[in-house]
Amino acid sequence: MSNPGDSSSPSPRPLTGAEILWEALVAENVEVVFGYPGGAVMPIYDAMLKYNDRIRHVLVRHEQGAAHMADGYARASGRVGVALATSGPGATNLVTGIATAMMDSVPVVFITGQVSSALLGTDGFQETDVTGVTLPITKHNYLCTTVDEIAPTIREAFFLARSGRPGPVLVDICKDAQQAMGTWSAPSGTPRLPGYRPSPHATDDLLGEAAYLIDHAERPLVLAGYGIIKAEAGELLRAFVEKTHVPVASTLLGLGGFPASHPLALGMMGMHGESWVNHAIQEADLLIALGMRFDDRVTGKLASYAPRARKIHVEIDRSEINKNVKVDVALIDDVGRVLTALTPRVAARRREPWAARIAQMKGDGAVRDIVGLPDEGRLYAAHVIHDLWRLTGGHALVVTDVGQHQMWEAQYYKHDHPRKLVTSGGLGTMGFALPAAIGARFACPDDEVWVIAGDGGFQMTACELSTAAQEGVKVNIAIINNGYLGMVRQWQQFFYGGRYAATPMRSPDFVKLAEAHGLTGMRVTRRAEVEATVRAAQQTAGTVVIDFRVEQEDSVYPMVPSGADLAEMIRRPPPPSPLVETAEDP
Amino acid sequence: MTSSPSTVKTHTIIAHVEDKPGVLNRITSLVRRRGYNITSLTVGRTAEPGVSRLTVVIDADDDTARRIEANLYKLVNVLLVEDVTFAPLTSRELALIKVRASTETRPRVLQVCEVFGARIVDMTADMLTVELTSAPDRIDDLVGVLRAEGIVEMVRTGVVAMARGERNPIPHTHAETSPQNAPQEQQPWPESSTTATPISA
Repeated sequence: MSNPGDSSSPSPRPLTGAEILWEALVAENVEVVFGYPGGAVMPIYDAMLKYNDRIRHVLVRHEQGAAHMADGYARASGRVGVALATSGPGATNLVTGIATAMMDSVPVVFITGQVSSALLGTDGFQETDVTGVTLPITKHNYLCTTVDEIAPTIREAFFLARSGRPGPVLVDICKDAQQAMGTWSAPSGTPRLPGYRPSPHATDDLLGEAAYLIDHAERPLVLAGYGIIKAEAGELLRAFVEKTHVPVASTLLGLGGFPASHPLALGMMGMHGESWVNHAIQEADLLIALGMRFDDRVTGKLASYAPRARKIHVEIDRSEINKNVKVDVALIDDVGRVLTALTPRVAARRREPWAARIAQMKGDGAVRDIVGLPDEGRLYAAHVIHDLWRLTGGHALVVTDVGQHQMWEAQYYKHDHPRKLVTSGGLGTMGFALPAAIGARFACPDDEVWVIAGDGGFQMTACELSTAAQEGVKVNIAIINNGYLGMVRQWQQFFYGGRYAATPMRSPDFVKLAEAHGLTGMRVTRRAEVEATVRAAQQTAGTVVIDFRVEQEDSVYPMVPSGADLAEMIRRPPPPSPLVETAEDP
Repeated sequence: MTSSPSTVKTHTIIAHVEDKPGVLNRITSLVRRRGYNITSLTVGRTAEPGVSRLTVVIDADDDTARRIEANLYKLVNVLLVEDVTFAPLTSRELALIKVRASTETRPRVLQVCEVFGARIVDMTADMLTVELTSAPDRIDDLVGVLRAEGIVEMVRTGVVAMARGERNPIPHTHAETSPQNAPQEQQPWPESSTTATPISA
C-alpha cells in the first residue's frame, strides 16, 4: 500500500473502497465523524486508522446519539455533519435522528454499511433495506454496490445535503464495495444532477408586487423562520426592517436569526408564543413570511389564521407554497437574495400607530410574565432559565431537549445571535439535547455550551454522558427536573381532566449518575443557589450535570390549545397565586 | 389543507425521470405519504436513453396538483414535470376484455366491437377476448356495453398521454435528433411551462 493518506496526490491511485470513502470525506473537509462500528463497516473502521490525523472519530454509545451529534454539529456550524453506522440495527438506530434532521432541513450525510452485494435481498445477517426505510425521511439516498460508485456518490451526497433546502442524505455502502480495490482521484466541479434545481429565482414582477404590498401595509409583520439563519440573512433582515419598521416575530427555529434585543424584535409566535405576537398576527394586515413553513404549531386554527392579512411567502422550497396557508405573493427563492433585492425597492416608513398598538399589547402581556413575579421561595423553571441567560451574558450556545423546558428556553433565553440555539423543532425529538450538544461542541469549541433538558428526555440518551467523558467534551447540563413528563402532564391538566396517565417519572440520582461517569454533579433546590452553582459549573473542567429540582406542576403560558384560534390563549393566572390551574383567560 | 370537492378534477401529469433503481418507489412513496389520490400511473421508456416517462392521472384541485408537481420536482431523479391537463392532448389506454359470447350472442358482441374499433385477439366456444386502444372514456363506454354480456376478466394499462403539435419540452440529447455540435453534457432540463411562473393569487 503506497501511502494512502496522501490526499494531495493529483494522480489517480489504487485504493480500497473504504479508503476511497475516507479520501472523499477528507476532500469534503470533514473534520469529525460520529459513529459506531459493526460487522458491515469493519473495512471502513480499519481504514479509518490511516486517516485519524485528519478526521476525528467520536465513538458514541448508541447510533441515535451519532445522528443527533452530527445534526447538532451541522446546526451549530452551518456545515455538513457526518454520522457512520453499521448495517441492520446500526442503521435503524439512526432513523429517529435522520427524521429529526429532515424535519428541520439540517445538512447531514449518513453513511451506513450494508451486507455484501451478493447477499442483498436474502435477509442476510444484519441486513435491512435501509434505503427503503429512510426513503421518506431523507432528501435523497443511495445504495453503493460497487467500489466505483463510492467517490462520486459521496460528492453528490454532500452537494445535495447542503444546497437548496438542506437536508439529510444517506449513503448505504455494501461491504464488498468497501473491500474491493478501486481508483481514487479527487473530484472537481459540481456534480452533474440534471433533475436537481437547488436555486430557483423569483421574478422581478413578483418582487414588485411584494414591494407594493409592503409599502401599502399599515400593520405588517415579518415572520422569521429558520431560513433566515440557514441563508445567513440576519443582517439583510435587519436592514430591511430598520428601513420599513416592520416588527419581527420568530418561529422557534428562527430565534437568534434576528437579535432578541432589537427594538423591532417581538419574540416567538405560535402555541407557546408571546401573547402580543399572536395578537399582532391576528391584527396584522400583511404577513411577510421569510424562510418558514406555517407549521400547525405556528398557525393554530387555519380557518381563522391572520384573517385580515395579505401574505407574502419567501421560501426556497416550491412545495411549501400554499401547503397550509394560501398566500398572495410567493417568492420562490433564497431569502437572502430576496431581501437584497427587496430592501432598495420598499419605502422607508415609521408605522408609529402599529408600533404603539403592539407596545400596548406587550405591556398587557408582561404583567402575567413569571419572570417579573416573585418566586415565593419556590424554584421555577422559567426563573432558572432566565438566570442562566443572565449569568451567561446571553452568549451561550444552548441546546435544548423537547418539552416544557424547551418552550421556557425559547421564551426566557434571549438569543441575539444565530446558531446559538439548537433545538429539535419539527420532529420534537426527546433525547436530542445531550448528543446534539456534544456535536455542537465540536463545531464551536470556544463557545460555552449549555444543555437544557427535562428529566424525561435526558434519560433517553443519557448514555452519551459516557461519550462526553471519553472524548473530554465540556458541556454544562441543566436538567429541569420536575418529576413529570411535564408537557404531557400539562396537557393532561388542561385537556384530560387532570388525569396523569404515565407522566409521573422517577429518575436516578443525577448527581451520582454524573459521578459514576467520572463527571461532576450538582443539585439546586432553591433559587438562591442558582447563581453560585452555575458559576461553579462554568469553572469546572469537564462536563457538569446540574439537577434543578423545580416546581413540579408549573405550566408553560401562554398556550394556544391545539387547533384553536391563535388569539385564544390560556394565560398564566394573575398573581398572587401563579400555580392556580385554569383553562380560561380571566 | 383539504381541498374543496367542487374544485377537484382529473389532472394528467407527465414526469420524465432518470431510469435508475428505486425511482418508481420514490414516486409511489411520495404519492402515498402525501395522500394523493391516483387514478392511474404508467411508466415506460422514451426516445432518450436512460430516461423513462411517467403518466400520472390524479384527482386533485389545482393547488394540490401544483404541489404534486413541486413535490415530484423535489425528487432528485425527476427531470421534468408537466401538468398537461389543460393542453391539447392525445391520451391513450389499452384494454384487454374477456367477455362471454355464446353462439347466440356472438354476433351482437362482434358488432359492438366493430362499432368501437376493437380487435378480437382470442376466441373460444363461449368467450371472446377483445383489445381496444383508445381514449380512456371510449374504453369506459365499451366496458359499459360489454358488461351486459358478462365480463369475465379485464385489464387496463392506465393512460399514456402526449401533448399535440410540434412543441416538445424535452431537449433531445441523443445522437439521432440532437442538433449538430450541440453540447450534450450541458443541455439543461427546462422548468416546465406550468411551473416556471411562481404562484401568485
